[in-house]
Amino acid sequence: MSRITTAEAIRASGNRALIGYLPVGFPDLDTSVEAAVAIAEAGCTALEIGVPYSDPGLDGPVIQAATQGVLDRGFTLDHLFEAVARITARTEVPVLVMTYWNPVLRHGVDRFAERLAAAGGAGLITPDLTPENAAEWLEAAERHGLDRVFLAAPSSSDARLDAAIDASRGFVYTVSTMGTTGARSDVDQAARGLSERIAARAAATGSEALRCVGLGISTPEQVRDVLTYADGAIVGSALVRALGAGGVDAVRALAASLATGTLDGGPASPDAAPPAEKGAPA
Amino acid sequence: MTEAQAQAQPLREQHGPWFGEFGGVFMPEPLMAAIDELTACYEACKVDPEFQAEFQRLSREYTGRPSLLTDATRLSAQAGARILLKREDLNHTGSHKINNVLGQALVAQRLGKTRLIAETGAGQHGVATATAAALFGMECVVYMGEVDTERQALNVARMRLLGATVVPVKTGSRTLKDAINEGLRDWVANVDSTHYLMGTVAGPHPFPEMVRDFHRAIGEEAREQTIALTGGLPDAVLACVGGGSNAMGIFHAFLDDADVRLIGLEAAGDGADTERHALSIERGAPGLLHGMRTYLLQDVDGQTLESHSISAGLDYPGVGPEHAWLHDIGRAEYQPVSDAEAMDAFLALTRTEGIIPAIESAHAIAGALRLAKERPGSTILVSLSGRGDKDVATAGRWFDLLDEGAQQL
Repeated sequence: MSRITTAEAIRASGNRALIGYLPVGFPDLDTSVEAAVAIAEAGCTALEIGVPYSDPGLDGPVIQAATQGVLDRGFTLDHLFEAVARITARTEVPVLVMTYWNPVLRHGVDRFAERLAAAGGAGLITPDLTPENAAEWLEAAERHGLDRVFLAAPSSSDARLDAAIDASRGFVYTVSTMGTTGARSDVDQAARGLSERIAARAAATGSEALRCVGLGISTPEQVRDVLTYADGAIVGSALVRALGAGGVDAVRALAASLATGTLDGGPASPDAAPPAEKGAPA
Repeated sequence: MTEAQAQAQPLREQHGPWFGEFGGVFMPEPLMAAIDELTACYEACKVDPEFQAEFQRLSREYTGRPSLLTDATRLSAQAGARILLKREDLNHTGSHKINNVLGQALVAQRLGKTRLIAETGAGQHGVATATAAALFGMECVVYMGEVDTERQALNVARMRLLGATVVPVKTGSRTLKDAINEGLRDWVANVDSTHYLMGTVAGPHPFPEMVRDFHRAIGEEAREQTIALTGGLPDAVLACVGGGSNAMGIFHAFLDDADVRLIGLEAAGDGADTERHALSIERGAPGLLHGMRTYLLQDVDGQTLESHSISAGLDYPGVGPEHAWLHDIGRAEYQPVSDAEAMDAFLALTRTEGIIPAIESAHAIAGALRLAKERPGSTILVSLSGRGDKDVATAGRWFDLLDEGAQQL
């Protein structure tokens, strides 16, 4: 079955994507699968499934606490591939995996890519792998038809932005603020400037870069605000907190609420494609 | 780099970001600009006579360099080989750590940073950083695993006295590894004002090279002092290895002396045949941790395993990338020393020389006593990286020397 790619899904949303993050195995494997399917059904354009890791340098306290518990209960990468397969069996929403690099390296880059593709996964988001170290992954991603999402930060130089744009497929993960994950009352204005810089760099080189903004987004209003200048908004900690506090129903309700931020205001980019028929059944 | 290529050029002239296949920069993008800025600044400092003169002045007038070389005659008589001690324990703040801290504080000053953050295991690096922050008038935050704050309570008090904020880290294994994670997180959020003052020859480039360079005086002084005292080079140079900063400092001057054995002593905790150890090189596999590719204790899924050692300073599941490379090209050997062996050596040095070593350093003494049996009559140079004041409570419990009321120390 040919699956919809992440970029296609974002464009199909009218460049008003909502991407929801949840860690695999939290609070247990079955519930994490149910929760992922629930937020897809509630309006997420794509899913970001996090791999619990012993040394999560970019994760804030909510996600770290959640993933530490998963590790304590004996998480393995087999659980990840099983979860991705179970999620993709029930929704056509693209499922990206967010992982620090050592688990991939240890598993074998090509083997990881092969198993992810076999499970129906769309690709990887790699927070501690920058394009200059990514040659092996880029080859494997090409071989297995996977998206690769690299990060751009407000502090990134133009040369680094160019590298991220060039290496990314799916979207460029546009870091909203200089900090770790976790909801903030105000998403840093730096995100807007960065998003505009990426767009300008991409336009100058004739390439295309979809920009999804993450870190610190937790409300429909913030989603709406981000979508005035970016192609997608990524929400993580707020969903994890909702799942921890209120289970699948709560996380479904929050995702539905966040999705209202994607509905009004029209496409972010004047030249964006009109909303196409969405691949994911509700 | 192949072994042949590595051997073709002086080993002392190796620079980051790569030592063979080890090292590199594996950091989240939000930190890359700071890493690039730090790298450029350090490259400039390396060749700036003014910077180097200021570093030398501080080393001389504040740290107390050059540190002494002590001919440990009574220990040598007992061991059967001549054991020389490079006395980094006599430095201000009680360990080699101050060398690196003063150097990085100068770099931070050049970068215009006003805040220092550091991780610490045994507390020596935290104390040294808090000291430099006081000296330079900077704010200081030290991240320390909660487990370590308990076993090194006196050093926590010292850091607070010096004006530092000590943050007990309650995540993960609550030891040094997790303190580094928290420090890096803080750095991501506060990179404009803050320098992350890495305490060992680990982390992303330029830290392994920069920290090594600030510790090079250990080996350079020791090499000259040994020649002056004995008329020749030592047969072997030994140092404990957690991250490996004191070891890199003393090894570096001898890297191209092919006849000098370089031996790093890793903490074997409960024993090399148990699962509770910190043998990153002997029992680890190449992987990524804290921004570098190096030998790492990890499971089949790449999750970092917890390390164990009686010494908080050696309780680290990784090792500096230059050590990983020296191991792979066969230039340095790495051997295990268990808690019990280290504590036996701790007592042996204390009772023969009147020098109470840090438990970290006692691992190197244990290696020297072992080598002396294998090579009687040889000359063994040991890095005595720190003094044992901070470890008196641990030693008191180990040797059952505390009165009942003092057990809570």
